[in-house]
Amino acid sequence: MPVEMIGQAVPRTEAVRFVSGRGKYIDDIQRPKQVYARIVRSSVAHGLIRHIDVSVARATPGVLAVLTGHDFQGLLKPIPQRTCPLPGMENFLQRPIAIDRVRYVGEPIALVIAEDAYIAEDAAELVQPSIEDLPVVVRAEQALTDEVLLHPEQASNSATTYQVGFGDCDAAFAQAAAVVEERFYIHRHSAAPLECRGLIAEWDTDQERMSVWGATKVPFANRAILADMLNLAPENVDMIECDVGGSFGVRGDFYPEDYLIPYAARLLDRPVKWVEDRRESLMALNHSRETYCTLALALDATGRILGMRGSMLVDHGAYVRTNTGVMAGKGTQFLPGPYRIPATKFDVRSVCTNKTPAGTYRGPGRYESTFARERLIDLAAQKLQMDPIQLRRINLIQRDEMPYNAGALVPNMPAAVYDSGDYHDVLERALVAFNWNDRISRNGTLVNGRHIGLGIGCFVESTGGGPGEHVRLTLRAGGVFDLALGASSAGQGHETSMAQVLADSLDVPMQAIRVHHGSTTLLDKGFGAYHSRSAVMSGNATLRAGDAMRERLLKVASNRLGRQISTLRWTRGEIVDAETGAMLLTLSELSQGVRENSGPEDRGEIEVQASFMCDQLTYTFGVHLAEVAVDPLTAQVEVLDYFCTEDVGRVINPEIVHGQTIGAAVQGLGGTFLDEFIYDDNGQLVTGTFADYLLPTSTDFPHVRGETLELHRSLHNPLGVKGAGEGGIIATGAAVANAVSAALTAAGVSITSLPVSINKLAEQIRTASYKKSGEPMQIQGKYLLNAHHHRVWQALMDPAILKQAIPGCQGIEAKGPNVYELDVKSSVGPVSLRMRSTMRIENIVEGESYRLVIEGQAGPAGFAKGEVKVRIAEIDGSKTQLDYDAEGEIGGKLAQVGARLVEGVVAKMTAQFFKNFQAQLEPSLVLSQPLAAAAGSIWPSAAMIPWLIAAASFGAALASLVLCGLRGG
Amino acid sequence: MNKYHQISLSVNGKNIQREVPARLMLADFLRQDLSLTGTHLGCEHGVCGACTVLLDGDAVRSCLMFAVQADGREITTIEGLTPNEGLSSLQKSFCDHHALQCGFCTPGMIVTAEAFLQRGGKIDEASAREAISGNLCRCTGYQPIVAAIVVESKRRTTTAEAGDAR
Amino acid sequence: MLANSSGEAKVIAGGQSLVPAMNLRLSAPKVLVDLTGLEELTKLGLADDGSLAVGAMVTHSRMLHDGQVKKGWPVIEQVLPFVAHEQIRNRGTIGGSLCHADPAAEWAAICVLLDAKIYVQGPSGKRAIPASKFSSGVYETDLEPNEILTEVVFPPAPDHMRWGFHEISRRHGDFAMAGAIVGVGLDSAGRLTDIRLVVFAVEDKPRRIDADVSHCLGMTFDAASIDALSLSAASCVTPRSDLHASAELRSDLVYACVRTALMRVIGITTVRQV
Repeated sequence: MPVEMIGQAVPRTEAVRFVSGRGKYIDDIQRPKQVYARIVRSSVAHGLIRHIDVSVARATPGVLAVLTGHDFQGLLKPIPQRTCPLPGMENFLQRPIAIDRVRYVGEPIALVIAEDAYIAEDAAELVQPSIEDLPVVVRAEQALTDEVLLHPEQASNSATTYQVGFGDCDAAFAQAAAVVEERFYIHRHSAAPLECRGLIAEWDTDQERMSVWGATKVPFANRAILADMLNLAPENVDMIECDVGGSFGVRGDFYPEDYLIPYAARLLDRPVKWVEDRRESLMALNHSRETYCTLALALDATGRILGMRGSMLVDHGAYVRTNTGVMAGKGTQFLPGPYRIPATKFDVRSVCTNKTPAGTYRGPGRYESTFARERLIDLAAQKLQMDPIQLRRINLIQRDEMPYNAGALVPNMPAAVYDSGDYHDVLERALVAFNWNDRISRNGTLVNGRHIGLGIGCFVESTGGGPGEHVRLTLRAGGVFDLALGASSAGQGHETSMAQVLADSLDVPMQAIRVHHGSTTLLDKGFGAYHSRSAVMSGNATLRAGDAMRERLLKVASNRLGRQISTLRWTRGEIVDAETGAMLLTLSELSQGVRENSGPEDRGEIEVQASFMCDQLTYTFGVHLAEVAVDPLTAQVEVLDYFCTEDVGRVINPEIVHGQTIGAAVQGLGGTFLDEFIYDDNGQLVTGTFADYLLPTSTDFPHVRGETLELHRSLHNPLGVKGAGEGGIIATGAAVANAVSAALTAAGVSITSLPVSINKLAEQIRTASYKKSGEPMQIQGKYLLNAHHHRVWQALMDPAILKQAIPGCQGIEAKGPNVYELDVKSSVGPVSLRMRSTMRIENIVEGESYRLVIEGQAGPAGFAKGEVKVRIAEIDGSKTQLDYDAEGEIGGKLAQVGARLVEGVVAKMTAQFFKNFQAQLEPSLVLSQPLAAAAGSIWPSAAMIPWLIAAASFGAALASLVLCGLRGG
Repeated sequence: MNKYHQISLSVNGKNIQREVPARLMLADFLRQDLSLTGTHLGCEHGVCGACTVLLDGDAVRSCLMFAVQADGREITTIEGLTPNEGLSSLQKSFCDHHALQCGFCTPGMIVTAEAFLQRGGKIDEASAREAISGNLCRCTGYQPIVAAIVVESKRRTTTAEAGDAR
Repeated sequence: MLANSSGEAKVIAGGQSLVPAMNLRLSAPKVLVDLTGLEELTKLGLADDGSLAVGAMVTHSRMLHDGQVKKGWPVIEQVLPFVAHEQIRNRGTIGGSLCHADPAAEWAAICVLLDAKIYVQGPSGKRAIPASKFSSGVYETDLEPNEILTEVVFPPAPDHMRWGFHEISRRHGDFAMAGAIVGVGLDSAGRLTDIRLVVFAVEDKPRRIDADVSHCLGMTFDAASIDALSLSAASCVTPRSDLHASAELRSDLVYACVRTALMRVIGITTVRQV
């Protein structure tokens, strides 16, 4: 019985090439007489181009041409949208080079072509742009005011604004037993594939033919766009795919360079090679993900979701690109996710800012919406005091509700219909595989100084994006088949998985199959690789090609043997007698007479073409589970274990799918903790190299596991496959955020904003701890000072005097009217502490009294906050009584010591202050009245002494603080 | 000052003499002048590791060296670690473990792994992970790469022990 | 050679900091003077008085694997694996690192900890600079134009001292956001007799803060005194703020680094790395 190839973990045939360094990536390709291009990019985020001086650059030896926007005047067409165009977005497209205005740092403003790549780079530096600055709009909230318009011919910075929904959402919220609402933020990050982009364009003057190497993802679509821009027929443009170093959704769509380089090639009649460097790539390849999402759930008392509403705001940078609409459009569509939600209402907006334009990145819109929704469900569970898993069980779509109409939430697109799946089953399997029930007892506990947290994220994902795919299958001399795919490959292993499909459908060994992909020279039409479609589209087209080829071969055999087709059978690569099974013709014999071909593009005598067209998306369901350990002091998070699972229906090559899952999960964890595009207020990208834009390395997330399930096949295609590749990334933000929040529940931290970077998390932990009540403290007392009360009041307002009087005061700085910052260091015994605090003076009654409000942080030691009421009264001309009444809290380490102890020590230090203060008032020391509230002598056990000492020095700071507040405004 | 320099070096066991510009990077020299395109450029600022080659047996970043600095030295690239026929056992291990997808980081990984395996010392998952921590991969999530290296190290130990036993 | 190039020349040692800057076109010297050929800069050996003389061009890898270094200055073996990655360590040099003067660089911290002397040579002769004075700020050193660093001399490390180290960075091998290296001397009763503590990556150069924690001497060295020491250390630095860590976070990280470094002295290792 022959082994079925579909489902086998066949090692990839193309791997041999890659491990021996024989891959042919774009920079490895040389064309005869090629020259080199370098793009000059704007270093200004928003401005008017007054002039670009190219004279020095042009005069550089070796430079063939320097082009600016003016050289393209009238020729430039905007780069069109390819997918998910949202209403209005067509007004915000980008032209391949800036003419009079720049809108983001990195926007192309000139093009240098030279004989040598190093010279091209030198010359690019010599191009002198004169750009008049315009106000820079960096944040979405600035953009929304429309005060500064990026595209003045449009009335707004919002490229699209619309509302979608179904059902009666207002009613749902009106009758809800509980409503939870939260604001979420997902940060700007993107794919950063290891290979930067590159192109070689070559113009054949005789044939009037343009060839472009370096195409990928959607070569046929790009061919059409380029042909239109160059005023050529599409058949005269060849887009040729070579090996590609990763795509993840950002490479391959039409970028400005995809026009500029071919244009230059035709202009100069020389092949032009362009390869970007990493700094360029980080600012020129599509960014993604930056989204503000306000989301609310209405639930009944049992936890059933009645409705969901909210707003989705995407910050898509300076222009709308070919696939920019996917983020807002699909992001909104996936907000309800795998849950039964009868009513929804969403306000959707995508806005322009002076940053790199954004587009799709693996799981576009899904990563963002899954984060917001899954966090909100955990918050709902908290509010209802329910188990977050149970809340999900109640609301997950049931198996018997399939196919499930999830509503139409994207303008001009039909309703999403989840075709098949048993979500509850997948969830339960995941919980068991992860041992959730055992681990949950650790949730929120402190182990070895770190808080443990468990988190979950559930998602649905659409795959198999249409409209279809084409393949061509040709028998070659020697009995080998060439399969040409319209799909592209950037590492997904299509060469192997499609060969597996064909091996099964055509019943020939894998060795008899060669797979070619991606280039427009291979097929008359095709689509490409995006939206996890290749297994569905190319797979099914290949299946059909196999069937068609069988018939063809039977016909050929029938003619050759002079027998009826019905007497013949095709099995295991041979023609056999249908009755006896006797072998009649081998594949090799069948291919006799077939012409030798020079390349896979050649059409052949024995050839079939096949297509699979399907406009129905398939839907998968998956679950991610995470266990994390959070160090509350350093804000470091370790992912102790991460598990992802997805039901993809049917798998062609399990090793390839598993590889995608783990790779996507690590990429997503990196994106959640590390990757971050940060812009300063001038629109400069400050994370512009790999030193600051951080990608996950081998040591960051060592514990990631995945399991691919094949439970419910798709009903929309003969293979039953659902497509895979993005599921591993989609719920990473959600699961991590839920886990970290679970770990830090007691600390009062809820993650609603990404990334979970060490700096952001530290700030959140600090703020939350500060908000909590600490150990209460109370100190009162009075002092008799040897000075006239006017003098006392004056001295209390004199920063110079106070600085001397406060033990350990390093500095006092005015921050505003009646607001000061103090830096006080105290050493008592072996410990020193440093308190930085803000002090406000309020309720001033001149010469008599006031109130101080103090908030201080002592770093790892803790914090202090409080209020002091101070009153002075004249006793006689030379004496003044000062009363103080302080109430406050201490938190952190010092609170552990206990407020009583701290108070006692504070008392001692107060004495020191007044001694100093009195000394400042006049040279000779005068006895001051002892404390009214003294704690007496407390000498705790030896073990506590270090803590006491710590508290004492802190107390010194506190006391100093409290008392140094005695200054006027 | 010289803008061009004569250099003489060994690349994958072959003696090479060339005149090179002072500012030519070693990575560009290997890729363009010698057509050894297996060494890749991913960042040119010393972070990603795709350009890793062996310099006198030590793993280094060829994007951070000038060709002139390789004068008198021995360079080994991925091509030099590939036998004339077939694949090395480390390369086979990569294939068997599906330790690559797009393949762009792969030559750098293999060169780094080879240097690591030859250094000796303890080899387990943790040390293998640490050894490739200076090489970025966007596709695989590193797991299969680590597995490929650990399995190969075991094979080498077994072979060595078998050799010793004889 | 440097003098003749009127400021347009730079020396290149390992190139692990200079070449990225050149590739990014942030630095564009017209002339590079490669120090590789100079043999006297690659020496590594013990002098008669037991001190260790290290030529400027000695690589991090060579220091890490040298038997004499491991034996006489064991703290170096603890710290160096955290300098970037293997590929960088194979080319990067001690001289290059010190002259680049990144506040987060481990070598400068080690030199300050061990009271190394840095020798430089220029047209006007040779001079010795104590490590603590060599770096004058971020990417700034005491080097005069046309001077080069020739060697670093480490006095014999006190052999009664036990060493600990910890740094915290975003990922393994990244520049530290905070780091501490400590040397501790204990008497037979387990009390602190002397201490050396350097904190780095927090201010614009590494700094010895022994004096700020000296009031802990005489205490029994245990978890409680470690805590007190760490709090004191955190209180006496003025941390800087950047993209990856605010001043407040750095303050907490200093506490954590000093604490972990001290715990490692008595063999308490933590589960996590970095």
